[in-house]
Amino acid sequence: MPEADPIAAAPDDSRLGHCREDFPALDQEIGGRRLVYLDNAASAQQPAAVIDAVAAYQRHDHANVHRGVHTLSHRATEAYENARDDVVRFVNASSRREIVFTRGTTEAINLVAQSFCRPKVEAGDRILISHLEHHSNIVPWQLVCEQTGAELVVIPIDETGALLLDVFDSLLDDRVRILALSHVSNALGTVNPVRDMIDKAHERGVPVLLDGAQAVPHLPVDVQALDCDFFAFSGHKMFGPTGIGVLYGRETLLEQMPPYQGGGDMILEVRFDGTTYNDLPYKFEAGTPNISGAVGLGAAIRYLQGIGMAAIAAHEHTLLEMMSSRLASVDGIRLIGTAADKAGVQSFMLDDIHPHDLGTILDHEGVAIRTGHHCAMPVMEFFGVPGTARASLALYNDEEDVERLVEALDTAKQVFHV
Amino acid sequence: MSAFAPAPDELRELYRELILDHAKSPRHFGALDAATHEAEGINPLCGDKLKVYFRVDGDGRIEDAAFQGSGCAISVASASLLTDTVIGLTTDEADNWFAAVVSLLGGRDGRDSRGNGAAIELGKLRALEGVREFPSRVKCATLAYHALNASIHGATEPATTE
Repeated sequence: MPEADPIAAAPDDSRLGHCREDFPALDQEIGGRRLVYLDNAASAQQPAAVIDAVAAYQRHDHANVHRGVHTLSHRATEAYENARDDVVRFVNASSRREIVFTRGTTEAINLVAQSFCRPKVEAGDRILISHLEHHSNIVPWQLVCEQTGAELVVIPIDETGALLLDVFDSLLDDRVRILALSHVSNALGTVNPVRDMIDKAHERGVPVLLDGAQAVPHLPVDVQALDCDFFAFSGHKMFGPTGIGVLYGRETLLEQMPPYQGGGDMILEVRFDGTTYNDLPYKFEAGTPNISGAVGLGAAIRYLQGIGMAAIAAHEHTLLEMMSSRLASVDGIRLIGTAADKAGVQSFMLDDIHPHDLGTILDHEGVAIRTGHHCAMPVMEFFGVPGTARASLALYNDEEDVERLVEALDTAKQVFHV
Repeated sequence: MSAFAPAPDELRELYRELILDHAKSPRHFGALDAATHEAEGINPLCGDKLKVYFRVDGDGRIEDAAFQGSGCAISVASASLLTDTVIGLTTDEADNWFAAVVSLLGGRDGRDSRGNGAAIELGKLRALEGVREFPSRVKCATLAYHALNASIHGATEPATTE
């Protein structure tokens, strides 16, 4: 069984220095050397607390939720709903009615696009996104535009990868039906000034969805303080399992929205002449959910809260500054994404070595990074590159990881004679 | 320790001098005038995009070949070596080369699953052998070959590695 809920305990940031030990996957060698995992923005590793919580649920408590009267069904329902309560506390939602479990960020954004936005939008209306978005915060809106004749409008960026806020101001007009914006850019790490942008959008009556996938592993998030209308994130980028994610939605908005999918669990009563939908949040959770995924996400949240998000943010801020400045000192490097406010990520190019070749050589040296377009092709196009090499941090990375990265870049230069 | 972790020399095996040379100075780079066959190869995973062109004469022999696009050292060098190799071959022979290279990289030493390609002396295309130790890069090395195959067989959709 999982250990007693540690939420009551105060955060203990002294664990940060040795939390690498909490992650079994990090305890291995690649190419004969300690694995240096710097691909956290793609997917982060899971602490034993998450792996054990999922295993314990599957070994002892699994059954379907919200259904049977037997003991296991009761336990499974309790585990699933406790995880929802963990999420409520993690993002400071006002109630559990505002927390919908999804497959991930992508499904959460699609839900808002189809269920909230599409019914309100007509030809001539505008949907506002930014040039920094991941494909998952572009394509769902393009679908709505195709379905309705609305226009997709893009807030441009400058050469550091920061949004052009004066242009944003001029784009916010009465035709905009929603602003869908990344909290933190996955390709560049830019932290967008979302608090101010949300205020400006609200002044014009524009609701705001934040793609928080890259924010939740790095920064404390408070949806009430942000005043966003929707906030989407994924479990696997914050040390939980894949296939589970969250849509936070303001209750008054979720109430007005039609269901996204129909099926079991999202109904109160089904008759052939009409169906009564279930209450929030179940109206948006058709079918048997990813129960073990939710249990794992809950465990990841309790793990993060045990250390404290403020401490994690501070640790990563220091490490990112060190990594960016060490990389900047490498001969032939071009840093991509140099905005003043960043979290977790540094993208770069090295001489004319293609990012994939860099990725292979670094892997050979035991350093895992992401190479390619990072599902943000418009960002790559802006900087005129086919892709970048991207090193992305998590709470368990340390200075030695950064030194190993820089060392491996030297090897790449030797192989390519540059 | 990962079973896929190559020994240190394997990096040099992968990035042999011939590969680096063709990656830095690709041969037959650019569009081809009066091409009779052309096809695009796309690796959606990494965004590599190459277009290969051939001019085939009345006897089915490849008179000239070229390629353009962008990609990593492995995919560019591979396309460069390919275009260098197929000039002068019939399209049937080029087809056989395709099978031989793809099976070499799949670890079957130049024979495909039916044993075809065994008679081919791969010559400098053997420089691609080092890719075998890097499973994630095989698609880079075979991108141009998939495009070659598609163009010979008159495909209208871009060839992909997926």
